Order: sequence, then structure tokens, then C-alpha cells
Amino acid sequence: MKSLADLKALRDQTKKRLDLRDGESDYRVVVGMGTCGIAAGARPVLNAFVEEIAKENLKASVTQIGCIGMCSYEPLVEIYDKEGNKTTYVHMDANKAVEIVKKHIGQGIVCENYTIGAK
Amino acid sequence: MERMNVLICGGTGCTSSKSDLIEQEFTRLLQEKGLEKEVKVVKTGCFGLCQKGPIVAIHPDRVFYCQVKVEDVSEIVNEHIYKGRRVERLEMHDVDEATQEKVFNIDKIRFYAKQKRIALRNCGVINPEDINEYIARDGYMALGKALTEMTPAEVVDEIKKSGLRGRGGGGFPTGLKWQFAAKEVNDQKYVICNADEGDPGAFMDRSILEGDPHSVIEAMAIAGYGYIYSRAEYPIAVERLNIAIGQARELGLLGKNIFSTDFSFDLELRLGAGAFVCGEETALIASIEGKRGMPMPKPPFPAQKGVWGKPTIINNVETFANVAQIINNGADWFKSIGTEKSSGTKVFALGGKVVNTGLVEVPMGTTLREVIYEIGGGCPNNKRFKAVQTGGPSGGCLTEKDLDSPIDFDTLVAKGSMMGSGGMIVMDEDNCMVDIARFYMDFIVDESCGKCTPCRVGTKRLLEMLTDICEGRGTMETIDELEKLCYTIKSTALCGLGQTAPNPVLSTLRFFRDEYEAHVKEKRCPAKVCKALLSYSIDPTKCKKCSLCAKNCPVQAISGVPGVEPFKIDTSKCIKCGACMTSCHFNAVELR
Ligand SMILES: Cc1cc2nc3c(=O)[nH]c(=O)nc-3n(C[C@H](O)[C@H](O)[C@H](O)COP(=O)(O)O)c2cc1C
Ligand code: SF4
Ligand code: SF4
Ligand code: FES
Repeated sequence: MKSLADLKALRDQTKKRLDLRDGESDYRVVVGMGTCGIAAGARPVLNAFVEEIAKENLKASVTQIGCIGMCSYEPLVEIYDKEGNKTTYVHMDANKAVEIVKKHIGQGIVCENYTIGAK
Repeated sequence: MERMNVLICGGTGCTSSKSDLIEQEFTRLLQEKGLEKEVKVVKTGCFGLCQKGPIVAIHPDRVFYCQVKVEDVSEIVNEHIYKGRRVERLEMHDVDEATQEKVFNIDKIRFYAKQKRIALRNCGVINPEDINEYIARDGYMALGKALTEMTPAEVVDEIKKSGLRGRGGGGFPTGLKWQFAAKEVNDQKYVICNADEGDPGAFMDRSILEGDPHSVIEAMAIAGYGYIYSRAEYPIAVERLNIAIGQARELGLLGKNIFSTDFSFDLELRLGAGAFVCGEETALIASIEGKRGMPMPKPPFPAQKGVWGKPTIINNVETFANVAQIINNGADWFKSIGTEKSSGTKVFALGGKVVNTGLVEVPMGTTLREVIYEIGGGCPNNKRFKAVQTGGPSGGCLTEKDLDSPIDFDTLVAKGSMMGSGGMIVMDEDNCMVDIARFYMDFIVDESCGKCTPCRVGTKRLLEMLTDICEGRGTMETIDELEKLCYTIKSTALCGLGQTAPNPVLSTLRFFRDEYEAHVKEKRCPAKVCKALLSYSIDPTKCKKCSLCAKNCPVQAISGVPGVEPFKIDTSKCIKCGACMTSCHFNAVELR
């Protein structure tokens, strides 16, 4: 540690890991992880969200929820913005997750073709 | 990449209820499920609600689980972490008074809602054994800023402007103290952190050292070269401090030429034996120098001649814990919190007869009522509030009529108590105030260092008189003498310990003289605490003549004829063990 700049670099490196703990995020991603969701392949979806959000350096938290009662649409993901508006994505897979992170969370553009209304 | 953090409290309270085993179980089960890469287990400092411990927090979900047992871990892992279903039965909650529904939102729970965390801001959030987590929360930025962007005079000025006052009891302006030491011309100066924390029932400083040791280290570096003096009874705090000092040295944040400046600074940990008087600054310095921990007359003040005769800044743990925040956010920010003459926040160890005991940090100026009722949840079992003791054995009690007074240094003194280091003990109708005064005096007699006569002999006499009153040997003259001796000790003792020792007696006398008088005139203890003044009796109208009490009495003090004659207690034989009262099914045995 030689200068204030060194310290700042070290801080920025670890800061992301701790953001998780202050409950401040722009988007909240909720993945349906009931038995049905897990069977339908929710885990890779969850992991894809976590990894892509980290890669793109975005402020979003990823949590899971139990069965929502729409098992035929699983894997199912809900995204809430700061105002609490909800978008529901259905029949998810890891590739769709990457796209949604880039567009919806990164630029605020909802990926209409994957939402529940599109089916 | 991690998506979830499991924070497990590693404070003294939760560690004693096996939080380390809970941590191991989480780690084991997460590995078993192959989740160890996405879910990180972190051991943190105290969350404040120690009484509901062990506490486990899950983020980003903001769920707090209380009183978690090792057996509960698999349910949390399988249900919450794997499937996203919260385990409601363990979740911390309030009950909404209007709807009777459970409130789980942690930001709305009354215990936390009124608090403002500056000194405790990292406690329960970061891993105190990982310097990187401290740095991630802007740790050591203030030191960097002070060393590379500010002159020493500017640093002192900023602290002065912030209005920060010593949290160790006296409330002396910290900036002014630093200025005195800065003015002294000397090749070597020292900084001491006072982590002695002798007030019985207080654990604010311990929690800061356990939960966020770097905040104290950084502040001490901002102030100069130093020692931390902690009691050896704080093993977890001592261990974490050692780890923290080692990590800071490794990163070059302690040692020579910090941030490539010509400023060099290092720290050493000194352990005390846990004597109350060693919290007094001159006694503490003597103890660091290897002498007996006895106070010295002031002046000279430590800022002029302290440890090894060198100018020394001595501050309390919590005082230091505010410093980096002030440098980072500015004096004006700090001044905007609290009251005009007492800026910032204060940490209290809330204890005694309140529903939520634990550690709370509130802005200065918060009322006692808010702390005791809104955060503390009031007295349990619908008992009536009687008094609250602040300032520990050096402070005094405050009553119902003072509940709406703001908490700050000057108001508490004006009301006859003091801020002290932050102990806050609530008493209800079942507490006898004479007995409370006696409890504190008993503590003082043990802790007096014996150097000066008023304290060594005087407090012993006070204790004798208080014991006489509690045991029914007191007269009205005893009360007068007690009061007179209090004033004599106050004005003649050498150090703060002796000078403040009579305070609990004086303040209970002031507010509860009637209780003292009941003890001496009527030989009665109104709160039914002083055993010698109580006697057991049986209400003949309630007695069902079953003889159960007589069978349970170890000294055959109860007589009667089963089914014929109500039972009676011979008070001359009775040893007041209470067995009859517990055995009677009809509440016929009374204590008066
Ligand atoms: C009997 C006695 C015990 C004390 N115990 C402590 C203590 O445990 N911790 C503490 O910080 N200050 C204690 N003090 C106050 C210290 O003497 C000193 O004023 C304080 O450490 C200064 O730091 P501050 O200005 O940051 O409060 C005690 C004082 C007396 C008279
Ligand atoms: S007042 Fe008590 S503790 Fe202080 S110097 Fe005198 S004897 Fe020692
Ligand atoms: S209090 Fe104990 S000793 Fe006294 S009467 Fe009851 S049982 Fe007997
Ligand atoms: S020690 Fe765990 S909450 Fe205080």
C-alpha cells in the first residue's frame, strides 16, 4: 500500500462483494426455486443471473422464492425495479438470462418476448 | 460468484451460545449441497440484540434469524438458501399492535428503526478478521486523506468543529484534547485507547473491538503513536485486535512511512487485570508503565505528561470509532446529528427490566422514553417502570418524570445523573432502591484502589450503613449520617472513582427517600427485596388446610391440623427459604 490510489483500488475490488449486505439495489431478481422450478432447470438460470450481473458490474440482487403456483411456466423469474414494478419471465434458460441481464437490468429495456404475456 | 451471504454473529454473547458450531454446520451443509461458491458464510461482530442470540442474517434477503440452534441450520439451508422459503418460525419480527400481524421487515422492527449507527456501523455487517471487508466500506480512507491531503492542524480542527466529546464518561471535547497534545513540543508522543470498560453491565466498547477493530486502529493512527489498553477478560476482542493489527501492518497501514509519507505509527496491545480504577486515565498510564494501577493527582494532564512522561492522548474506544467517519464525511455532517452541545450518537448497553436488552446506538437528544419503550419494548410482564440508572456505579438514577428528557451529556448531569460510558439499567417496581445503592457500593468497595482514605475507608462505612438499613438495623440517624458522609467523600477523594462513588446513594436518596424511611421506621421493604425485613405468613381465609407447606418446610416452622385448623408460620423458626410459598397450590402463603 503506497498511496491513497492503491487503497481505493483495493476498496473497489472488494466493494461489490459487500453491496449484497446493504439492501440497496436497482433491481431485484427473484428466481422460482420450488421443487418444480429446480426440476425444470432453475439452478443454471439462477447461476447465470448471478454471474452475468457480476460481470456487467450491475447493482441487482438475486434471491429465490418457493413455488409460485405456475409450475407449467417454470423456470420462472420475476424482476422488480426500485418502485416495485414486477416483470415476470417464463420458460427461462441460461442464455435468456444473459440477455435479460444485459437489456433489462443493464439498459432498462424489458425483453417482451420472454414475458408471461408473450405466450 | 457469490449471490448470498450468511452472516453469523461472533460476538461474545452469541459465541457463548454456540454460534461457532452454527458456523461450522452452515459451512458443512453448504458444501454438501455444492453451494459453497455461491453462498458465503461470514462471521461478524455483535448485532446488538444479544438476548435473542445466536443471530444469523441472510443477505440480500435481509432476513434475521434469532435463537438459532445447530439443529435449525439444515432447515435454513434446505428451505431458505436452496428453495427460497423463509423459515418464519425463527425469523425476527414485531407484532403489529393494530392488526396483530407479524412484521418481518427488518427496517420496520422497532428495536432497529430508531437507531442510528455510526460507531457501530460495521458491527454485524463485516467480518472483523478480514481487513479487506473494512476497506471495502471505506476503511482507512480517512487515514489516507488525513496523511496525504490534510495538515495535522486541519485534522485537529475538523475534530474540534465536529463537536465530538469523549464517550468514556466525562464528555471532554476530543478536538481540544488533541490540540493540547499537539501543542506540546516533544520528540515522542503517545496515543492510548482506553478499552478498560469497568462499568458492570456495560459492553459497548467490547462489541466495537470485536465487531470493528480496524475503526479504532485507524482512528488511533490518525491521532499519533499508540497503545490499546484492554482488559484481559475480553479474549475475543483481544484476539481480533491482534489479527487486525497484524493485517494492517501487512498492508503497510501501520508501521513506517504510511502512504509513502514520513509518518510512522505502530500499535501495541496491553492487557489489564480488569480493575475498575484502571479505567481512570492516570491509573491506566501507571499500569501501562508496569506500576500499580493507582491514580495520580492532575495536573499535569496526560496531554502534557502522560505515559513515560511524554504527551499522551487518551480516548475511549467509542470516541475513536467516530473519528474516521468524521474525517470522511466532514465535521458538518457529524454536527448535524444529535444536539447542539452533544453532537453525534451514543451507544448504550440497555439492560435490566426491559423486554429487549442489548446494544443500541441512538442520536444524542433521543429521549429516555424512546430508548426504554420504543427500542427496549418497556418493562416485561406489564410491571411498572420505576427508575433507570445511567453512568453505572458513578452515575445516578432518573425517574418517570425525566423520561421525556433528551439524552445528552449536559441534561443528564443537570438531572443528577451522568452519561458515563453507556450502561443503562432499567428498574421496575420489584427493585428496591436501597438494595440497588448497596449493590453499587459493594462494587466500589471491592474496586477502590486504597490510595486515599476518603474512598478506602469512607465507602466501606457507606456500605455498612446501607447494609444496616437493608437488614433492619438502621435508624433515621443512619440516613442522615449516610448522606453527610457522601458529601465528604465527594469533595475529598483523589480520583473520579471515589468522587463519584456516592452518586447512586445520593440520587436514590433524592428520589426515593420514602423507601429508605420505610426501611428504618417501619422495618419494611416496599419492593419486597430485602430479605431480613420480610416475613412469610399464611392467609387463614385462603388456607385449605392441606398441610403441603408444612411437609415442605425444612425447619418445621409451620404448624396446624390437616383438614381442621388453618396452618400458621412461626416466624422465630422460619429461615425464609420460600419453600412453603412455592409448594402451596392456593396462593395462601404471603410475603410481606
Ligand atoms: C473510576 C474510573 C473509571 C473509568 N473507566 C473508564 C473506562 O472503563 N473506559 C474509558 O474509556 N474511560 C474510563 N474512565 C474515564 C477516563 O479516565 C478518561 O477520562 C477517558 O478514557 C478519556 O477518554 P474520552 O475523552 O474519549 O472519554 C474512567 C474514569 C474513572 C474515574
Ligand atoms: S478515590 Fe478511591 S480509587 Fe481513587 S485514588 Fe482514592 S482510593 Fe483510589
Ligand atoms: S419460608 Fe421456608 S422456613 Fe419459612 S415457613 Fe416457609 S418453608 Fe418454612
Ligand atoms: S453477541 Fe450476537 S447479537 Fe450481540
